[in-house]
Amino acid sequence: MYDIKALYEAESAEHAVRLLIEHPEAQIIAGGSDVLVQMREGRRAGKELVSIYGIDALRGVSYEADGAIRIGSLTSFSHITRDPIIQKHINVLGEAVDMVGGPQIRNIGTIGGNTCNGVTSADSASTLHAWDAIVEILGPEGIRRIPIHDFYIKAGTVDLRPGELQTALIIPKAAYEGYYGHYIKYAMRNAMDIATTGCSVNVKLSPDKKIMEDVRIAYGVAGPVPMRAPQAEEAAKGKPAEETYVKAFAQAVLEDIRPRDSWRASKAFRQHIAVVLAERALRKSIELAGGEIHEQTV
Amino acid sequence: MYVGKNVTRVDARDKVLGRTKYTDDLCDKSAYIVRILHSSIAHGRVVSMDTSQAEGIPGVVGIFTCFDARDTHSFPTAGHPWSTDPEHQDVADRRILTEEVRFYGDDIAAVVAEDEVSAAQALRAIQVEYEEYPFVLDVQEAMKEGVPQLHKEYPNNILKHTTIRKGNYEEAIKEPGLTKVEGWYETPTVQHCHIENFICYAQMEGERITVVSSTQIPHIVRRVVGQALGIGWGKVRVIKPYIGGGFGNKQDVLYEPLCAWLCWKLGGHLVKLDVPREETFVSNRVRHAIRSHIISWVRPDGTYAARKLEAFSDQGAYASHGHSIAAKGAGAFPQLYPCENVEVDAYTVFTNKSVAGAMRGYGIPQAMWAVECHTEDVAARMGMDPVAFRRRNVMPVGFVDPFSKNELYHDTFNQCLDKALAATDYQRKYKEYQNQTGEIRRGIGLSLFWYNTAVWPISLETSSCRMVLNQDGSLQVQLGETEIGQGADTAYTQMTADVLGVPLSSVHVVSCQDTDVTPFGTGAYASRQTYTAGFAIRQTALLLRERILAYAHELTRMPPYNLDIVDGNIIRTTDNRVLMTMGELSTEALYSLTNSQHLSAESTSQIKSNAYSFGCTIAEVEVDIPMCKVKLLDIVNVHDAGTLINPALAEAQVHGGMSMGIGYGLSEKLLFDEKTGRALNDNLLDYKLSTFMDHPRLRALFVENPEPTSAFGTKGLGEPPACPVAPAIRNAVYHATGVAVNEAPLNPHNLFRRFTEEGIFTATGKGGFNHV
Amino acid sequence: MSRQYKLVSCTINGKPVEKMVDVRASLTDMLRDDYRLTSVKKGCEVGECGACNVIINGECFNSCIYLAVWAQGKEILTLEGLAGPNGELSDIQQAFMDEAAVQCGFCSPGFIMSAVEILEEKRELSDEDIRKRMSGHLCRCTGYENIFRAVKKTMLKRLGKEKEAEAVTHCTLKV
Repeated sequence: MYDIKALYEAESAEHAVRLLIEHPEAQIIAGGSDVLVQMREGRRAGKELVSIYGIDALRGVSYEADGAIRIGSLTSFSHITRDPIIQKHINVLGEAVDMVGGPQIRNIGTIGGNTCNGVTSADSASTLHAWDAIVEILGPEGIRRIPIHDFYIKAGTVDLRPGELQTALIIPKAAYEGYYGHYIKYAMRNAMDIATTGCSVNVKLSPDKKIMEDVRIAYGVAGPVPMRAPQAEEAAKGKPAEETYVKAFAQAVLEDIRPRDSWRASKAFRQHIAVVLAERALRKSIELAGGEIHEQTV
Repeated sequence: MYVGKNVTRVDARDKVLGRTKYTDDLCDKSAYIVRILHSSIAHGRVVSMDTSQAEGIPGVVGIFTCFDARDTHSFPTAGHPWSTDPEHQDVADRRILTEEVRFYGDDIAAVVAEDEVSAAQALRAIQVEYEEYPFVLDVQEAMKEGVPQLHKEYPNNILKHTTIRKGNYEEAIKEPGLTKVEGWYETPTVQHCHIENFICYAQMEGERITVVSSTQIPHIVRRVVGQALGIGWGKVRVIKPYIGGGFGNKQDVLYEPLCAWLCWKLGGHLVKLDVPREETFVSNRVRHAIRSHIISWVRPDGTYAARKLEAFSDQGAYASHGHSIAAKGAGAFPQLYPCENVEVDAYTVFTNKSVAGAMRGYGIPQAMWAVECHTEDVAARMGMDPVAFRRRNVMPVGFVDPFSKNELYHDTFNQCLDKALAATDYQRKYKEYQNQTGEIRRGIGLSLFWYNTAVWPISLETSSCRMVLNQDGSLQVQLGETEIGQGADTAYTQMTADVLGVPLSSVHVVSCQDTDVTPFGTGAYASRQTYTAGFAIRQTALLLRERILAYAHELTRMPPYNLDIVDGNIIRTTDNRVLMTMGELSTEALYSLTNSQHLSAESTSQIKSNAYSFGCTIAEVEVDIPMCKVKLLDIVNVHDAGTLINPALAEAQVHGGMSMGIGYGLSEKLLFDEKTGRALNDNLLDYKLSTFMDHPRLRALFVENPEPTSAFGTKGLGEPPACPVAPAIRNAVYHATGVAVNEAPLNPHNLFRRFTEEGIFTATGKGGFNHV
Repeated sequence: MSRQYKLVSCTINGKPVEKMVDVRASLTDMLRDDYRLTSVKKGCEVGECGACNVIINGECFNSCIYLAVWAQGKEILTLEGLAGPNGELSDIQQAFMDEAAVQCGFCSPGFIMSAVEILEEKRELSDEDIRKRMSGHLCRCTGYENIFRAVKKTMLKRLGKEKEAEAVTHCTLKV
């Protein structure tokens, strides 16, 4: 039995917006795997909730008119993993969310909830960052779309204003076409865990597969919110797919990331792992893109 | 014969149907809900408590603070048989609620409410004023002068200093040509993590209190509830239904006294205390973290001249099972690898942390970590093969422990080793994995273990059994030794059927213990169930058989010595003719107008023997050095638990122990915040017990040397599987990388630290990792 | 404070049912307290142990972190719904018995329901995938070994691969 002050069930996204305005203190509950846990802990005890779990219109993956991939915010992790559009264009996202918790959590957990809770360890977040995802938000003023990077304000806080809810995550065609990526979740055990560090890398190779035309990398738990590593990306962009550059790319992430010491892991350990993950994820991405890494030609 | 057969568990059908009732399933929904307020400081005193706001919350029935519990008594909690000798009684240092706070999570008040939401709200609304004292978390720090004292009766926080002296260590080390090998080895605080949290409920009937509890030790709980409330032990009735695991945590009296007291305070109303997982981690029991220091003086031929062990056992805030854990581990040290000159000093020390009690292995997992990591280190230092080195020094056949009179009757260690070596292809792999270089390396490691069954002669060993014949020739069997998931009821069924000569289906073991009706028994612990209960079962079944045959003699006029019971029939042994069925006899006996008898038997066995239970683990690992990760590729446990009553269930039990050992070796550690003493990872997400994906196939093998002292040739198997796993993994990682990790678990944090110290990241060669 | 209730109509173990439910209730609360389906166990109440796992519209969920009101219109299956009308065990229940995959039994209902979800897919999973699909449950008694065997054997038998199923042996025999 949860300490819920009142529960309002939204029947549509618009209805949810109305409920949120009518009940300004209310919080949104999607799948509930975070909200209910925090409510039991006492952190959110006694709150009013607006449940959006019943809004089927917010579920599913589809193409937009311009070829962008639209993922409804309530799509569960397991449905993302099994979705043919995801598997075809951005399989790494399906793989990443297939590492969240365990199977039951992946059936209840939603990609919207995973991003709206603003935590840095979310398994979907680094991949969404690394693929330039756009967040769609519905509010009293209508729809607005912002880059996921801007959606995250600080740890635990995202850019959702009063009366707003996230309705979709969108991967523009330019962001996925020609890219291949790999996600590595570093955790203390192989299931039922949160990431100590998560690293998502993707690469676009030149037609001859020799040059890394573009490299994107994002981390979870390398800072207070999920983040890209721009200096590492710069270091690799336009470079040949060779040992030297792969290693230089991995080393360069240390210029970007800002992990901290906590009881979950030391800063030094997280830095060490971040470099290892960057190197391994880039190697795998190049391989997926059909390239191979050559010894450096000095 | 059923002993030795893979009989299906007698409780399996109900369990797969989901109709087995555990404590919460039995509790009436009218129960008031109890929640405990735990201290939010590690050491101090509760000065005052403001409960006014909490009392005003709708649904709250009552708030009971530590100040309200002053009329209760101090009580011990260890699930040990009581001793009538005050010198040997467990330390009575717990109160139902305490004003003196000794760890972060101590029990300072209880809320009773009509529902769980009101109870949770009330908990948050209680204001507590503390006087805070400095606290101490490290076991050796706690022994120093001037540090905070937890219990004034125990200076320097030392609950007990256990010593063993053999030969003359100081003289022996003067022998020329000795090599000194020294090491410190450390095990973490871990928790049992049975999936059913501790839960109990209490209700009064007349002047008596009935407590239904998820416990391993119902008869002990009855005594302790009586002691805590200061009432006659017979005024307490304890009922133990099926339980969702215990592993030693439920071998302590946990919150039954509190629950019974609240029930009594509320006029006997039904109250239920269902402990949340977070509180199970912090405020139940944990396994003692033990830091061990071993010095060995080794002759060039690989024999020991002298050895020394110092162990520092972290007791946490209260005595619970106390020094007996460290003492058991200390006792193993001079026995596994006997040596003429030995000094052992084991200190059990209070710290301001969660209370340590019994947990699967009872000091032996910690001792084996120290001893078997050290043994590997010694072999390496002496340039000797780890297997040959162990064979040379291990306890020889015929060894007798002068204290317990335990004897090693068979060449168990070598037989187990042989089996494990063959199963894992150890010798080939050991050679193959020498001197690897790359980022990813493999290794294979070994550990033996020492264990002894049951608690004699330290404590009482007794078991009582009752058998009551039904009209159809079937019977109920009752024992105080409890089913806690290990399969005890099935083993009892097999034993009874064999001794009595009836089919398995005729034996109904009453799984539930009810202290009002179940014969006295001290419960499930010390891997004693099949060994100890076996005596009472055989003795009682023989008694019942004698009565049945005496009655058969009345009915058949055949002399009892020419009668036997086979397959549920009374037969004449001279020609094997079936004279009557057990059903015919039983019905006649009960309803006879001339000689009606209610055929039953009850007897008690006091057991004054004990049995070694030995074996080994071999583990094969793959270490990803840059990732600081160990992947377990293969693991084999070999046990000599004597005659196996039920090989399939024995194997299953070994799997569970191996799993717990894998967690102990690789991932589990309960962490405490240095600044506050608060447990940091008190949940199943942050506390890393291994999942389905963290294991390879688990392999359990057996050597079956019948135990001569045992009623059925069997001996302990419950705890042993958890004892040798972690050091075997550590030794495999050592073999793979050359890095000795002396602090369990070998989780990535620990490996990162050790790999960094050893400079291994920069030494992984071409194509390897080199940023450090 | 007035309590808020909602009429929840759903199908539980094949039977249409409806009850007024406190909106604060978890599905665990509803199944255990209102319908007395006590195979649904409470081990952590935060979705980490899997003991409360039930199948909702064909997918597994930890009912402890699922609001009871969300059950409206859903088809729910608990362990109590697996056996036949005369108590005949389903194949997976029988396999848990035969393979000694049950010890204390507290986690068993959750595990069996996850196995049911896998088996209903009627396809052959790799060993690694079986482990992954069962990994939302913690067990402290079995080390997962015999559970793995029970699931794999049943999966193979359902696919008509009797011979392969028989070959799934105790690791003991690997020597």
